[in-house]
Order: sequence, then structure tokens, then C-alpha cells
Amino acid sequence: MLLIDTNTCSGCRLCEKNCPFAAMLIVDEIAVVQDNCTLCGACANVCGEHSITIERAAASPEELAKYKGIFIWAECDESADGESLVPKKVTLELLAEAGRLAGKTGEEIKVLVLSDGRPVDTNPLFAHGASGVIRFVNKLLWPYSTDAYTTVISAMVAAKKPSIFLLGATPDGRDLGPRVAARLKLGLTADCTQLEINEEGQLIQTRPAFGGNIMASIVTPFSRPQMATVRPNVFAVSETPETGRKGDIEDFDVALQRGVVRTKILEVEKVGTAGGGIDNAEVIVAAGQGLNSPDDLDMLRELADELGGTLAGSRPLVEAGWIPHTLQVGQSGITVSPKLYIAVGISGAVQHVVGMNGSGSIIAVNNDPEAPIFKVADVGIVGDAAEVIPALIKEIREAKKAA
Amino acid sequence: MKILVCAKQVPEVTNVQVDPETGTLNRDGVASILNPFCEYAMDLALEMKEAEPEGEVEIVVLSMGPPQARAALLRCLEMGGDSAILVTDRKFAGADTWATALTICKIIEKLDGVDLILVGKHAIDGDTAQTGPMLAELLSIPQITYGVGLEMDEKKKRVRVRRENEGGFEKVQMRLPGLVSVSKGAASRRVCSFESILGARAKDISVMTADDLGLDEAELGLQGSLTQVVKVFPPISKEAGRIVNGTDANAAAHEVVGILKEKHFV
Repeated sequence: MLLIDTNTCSGCRLCEKNCPFAAMLIVDEIAVVQDNCTLCGACANVCGEHSITIERAAASPEELAKYKGIFIWAECDESADGESLVPKKVTLELLAEAGRLAGKTGEEIKVLVLSDGRPVDTNPLFAHGASGVIRFVNKLLWPYSTDAYTTVISAMVAAKKPSIFLLGATPDGRDLGPRVAARLKLGLTADCTQLEINEEGQLIQTRPAFGGNIMASIVTPFSRPQMATVRPNVFAVSETPETGRKGDIEDFDVALQRGVVRTKILEVEKVGTAGGGIDNAEVIVAAGQGLNSPDDLDMLRELADELGGTLAGSRPLVEAGWIPHTLQVGQSGITVSPKLYIAVGISGAVQHVVGMNGSGSIIAVNNDPEAPIFKVADVGIVGDAAEVIPALIKEIREAKKAA
Repeated sequence: MKILVCAKQVPEVTNVQVDPETGTLNRDGVASILNPFCEYAMDLALEMKEAEPEGEVEIVVLSMGPPQARAALLRCLEMGGDSAILVTDRKFAGADTWATALTICKIIEKLDGVDLILVGKHAIDGDTAQTGPMLAELLSIPQITYGVGLEMDEKKKRVRVRRENEGGFEKVQMRLPGLVSVSKGAASRRVCSFESILGARAKDISVMTADDLGLDEAELGLQGSLTQVVKVFPPISKEAGRIVNGTDANAAAHEVVGILKEKHFV
């Protein structure tokens, strides 16, 4: 229920202007809520007098059952030519996983697509299992801002009432998820790596905690949608998309005011990662603090080049300034699942391992036979990296010549 | 100008394990520390304080937790915080990120004129990174997450924050009051002087409990939480692989490249 404190309301019209649904009117200098209010919370967020409160009581099971469908936020990148926006790979991963869950609940999957006016190719979304797209276009929606996205996504979720809402656990996904959850008073689970539906039809959200030392399974019993951010590169993209599959595109009609955006991006500084970053790499050569000096990174780069791969590293190297944070694998960095992962001089602390143990094949080079990395490696070489790596490079070159 | 730093006491997670038999968390002998990212938030706050004339910037530190969390606050005061608030009550136990953010929000609403809230990007025990943004939303203030550097504009109405993102960094400007979550950045790490350690003991640590919030008990702790943990278990470990002796680097390389060829990586 939405309550307005008529004693403190100044009739300033901020709520009226910022309501995405035109559900707030100022009558005789006091805000009055209309019947089409969705309780999306945009008004309470802009009210300078704190005159608007939304009471959200725990819902009954009958009330919860009214929420239907799995929603996914399609976080987008700009295309290489800047002419269009492209959903990130994690969107397709979420579609594959949502498809599996929908097989149990019989629900429809819809993707929320926000754009500044540039086209977003929805064909891959349908091909990967979405039955519908809910789209909203406004020039304020690029680049990403916490405030504009929270307002629009909260409005969509409040109006459409899905039972599950998933976002990628990317930096912006983890920036947005908690804002939407707090605005709508929804439970939210961070950075999930497993999702299941239990016998009662609840979403079981499983995630690593305590730096990866434990796994915790979490439910959201009292609020809908059940919200979770999901770690990228954990779920596989469907290998058999249905090309040509079609779905509905619904244009969502809400108001979005410039005034809601209280931040401004002044500069963007890309850290050079030739080949498109480590999260999509098929081969990764990762360096750890067992290396002697930053110069040793050169031979690892050479090895990566020979295998068509990318250099990455563990947290101590980022902290020492040897590599940028965009190349950090692990719990506080990026989770990767390449076909081949070569760990060099990495001891294998659990914080690192949770970020790479989904890799296809793991090769570890370490001079300590007791290093925990050997517990997750398919092949472990106990030896000095300064000798083993040049020998590997030489052997690979010879093998290529012979082929 | 008033900066509020939210600090959390956490177990040193590298030593935490789950008992595979009982599924309970074994914290025996695990030390409690100030969450490292909260420490980086303190570093940034202190850097700002030192850049301004004496007395211009006041740093208040807040921690919600058991009575022992006083130690984390004391550490922040030793670093250079001016005063501290310990938010503690048995009724807060079991709070999820929502219930935690709501409790801290009610405390901050009682404080006068906080201009900037700094929090760690996440706590190393829960790893959720949710409480900061939820707190900002409940306070209806803007946020910048994953900040690694911060500068104040001259009128102190805005901050410019260098933010980590997937592709690199962004410089983002934000109107105050606002909240910044802090990652490890360029701010220099601090060594506390003997004087500052002694001085901390004379600084004020006030205590606030559930009675100070004006919230219904059903909004607090486990009862007020929207998520529930149903199970904890150790991560699944995998069978050990093949070990190659690297004493003879060339022989080892030959063997491993043979495997790579089999798997078509070469």
C-alpha cells in the first residue's frame, strides 16, 4: 500500500513528474495516488520530504502464486561499429538456464531490453528460448546509469509480476540488482552458480560464500519475484539455438525524466586486452605469485600466443600491479571457463580455484608438489616455471612444424 | 563535511571450513579482522580528510555486528576515524542484506548531515556486494560501486570517482549526498602510529540497539530477512589428475605437449 503524509507533502510535483505510469497527481497541492499505481517505488525515491512510504507486507501463498514467468535483464554492449547494442553473452547463458527451470515450472521466459534508440537484435534471444521481449527505448538509457535503469526495471517488474527475475552478476548487474530489490522490497541472492526448483516450486539459489570455502543454498519464501544475480561463465550457452524462432516484442510505455539520473560518466578508460578479454577466451595462461619478476610474464604471453590464448593472473599479481584487474581470475575477479587453463606459479587458494574450476582441461605448473592447485589440475607439472615454460613453447613450436 | 564509513568485522575466510558431516560452519580458531575492503574505504576517507584544512572533514565509522565488532571500530579509530557507532543487538542476528541495509538506514537517518557514505565493495565472508547499494536505495541517494579513487569538487557538492568495470575504468561524477563502494585502489595503506593507537582509546564509541530504530521487531534480523539459507555444504572436490615430474623440463614438456596434441590444443 502507498501512503502519503499529507502534513509533510509540499506539493512539489516531483513524484508526479517521475512516476513512470502517470499514477500520481497533485490535487490541491497534495499528492494523490491513482488506481493504476504499480508500487514501483519511483515516487518514494525522488520525494525530498520523505512523505511517501510504501508498505509491503509479506504476501500469502495465494498472492505469491499470482506471479508468473521468468524475466531476464539483457545487459548490452555497444557493437564494434557503435551502430547497435548487443546483449552480453551472459544473457544467452541465463536463457539456457531459465529454459531448464521453465521445463519444471512451465513458465514463459521474457527478456527485458533497454536501449537508447539504437537497434538491439532480438533474434538470438528468441533463438535461445525467450518467448517474449519487453522493450523500452529512451535516450537516457546509454550509457548505463544506476538511477535510470533502476527506475525502468523496477517499473517493468512491478507492472508485469514475474515469479523469477535473473540478472548477470557483472559489475553493472551487481550495481543494479540490489537497487531494484531494495526499491521493491524483494529478497536477492548474489552471484549464484547453481539454480534449481524445489518441490514447492521455489527457486533454490546456490552460491559460494566465505571466499569459496562453502556453498550456501538460499530461498526467497516471502516475496516475488525471486531475484538472483548469476555469475557469468558458469552456465553454458545452448549449442543448439533454434534459428528463425520468433516471439512477441512488447514496447513498454513508461515515463523517464532526466532528473532521476544523479551520476554522469565523464571518461571511459579501456584497459587493452587484445582478443576481447579473458571471460570469452578459449585458452588462458594464468600467472601467479610463484613467478620471479614481471619479466616472466613475457614467456607466458609467448606461450599463450602459441596456443591462441590470453594471459590472465591471480589476485596477488593485480595487487602488485603486474597485471590489470580486468585480467584477474577468481572470487574477487572474473570467473572463466576456457577449454584449456594453464596455471603457472599459482598455489591454488580456494579464492582462485572457484574462478577457474569450470575450465575444460587444467594444467598446473608449480615447484611445490603440495600446492593445492594440483588437486584440481588434470595434469600437474612439478617443476620450475622458468625451465618448464620455455621447454613447453619449444615443444609446441616443434609439434606445429611437424604437423 | 561528514563522511560515514560502514565497516564490517569478518572471519579470516581462508581458514573457514564446513564440517562435511554436520554441514555446520567451523570457525574454531579463526581470527576476526576488519573486512579489507572496509579498510580501503577508510584509506579513501582519510586521504580526503588530510587533503582539507584541519577540522573540515569529520569521519564517523559505523559497524553492525556482535559486541566483539567493537574491535573493528577501534581499528578504524586507530587509523584516524573521529568517532564510531556500534549497532548491536541480539535481535539483529541472522539479518540478510535487506534487513541489514534497513537497520543501518534507520541509524543513518538519525545522524545529522552525512554528505558521503563509503562502504567496502563487498565483505569477504558473504561476498554479496548488496548491502551498500540497498542502503543507498533505502536512503534515496545515488551510488557509485567499485570505486578505486575519489576526488571532491571545490564546492563539495559533487565527487568524481574512478570506477572499475569489466573493460577497464570509468570516471563518474555524482551529486552529494551519495554512497561509494570501494575496491582496492590507489589510496596509500596506513601504518598506525603509536600516538594514533593510544589516541583511539579516548575516542567515542556510542552503542545503538533495536530500541533506537523505531522499527517493528518483525523487520529485524532473521525475522525481517527476505532470503533464508536452507543449506550449507563444502564445495565438491575433484579427483586428482596426473602428475608429471618437471626435473627434466624437456621430457616433461614433451609429455604434456603430447597430451595437448591428443586434445587438439596444438
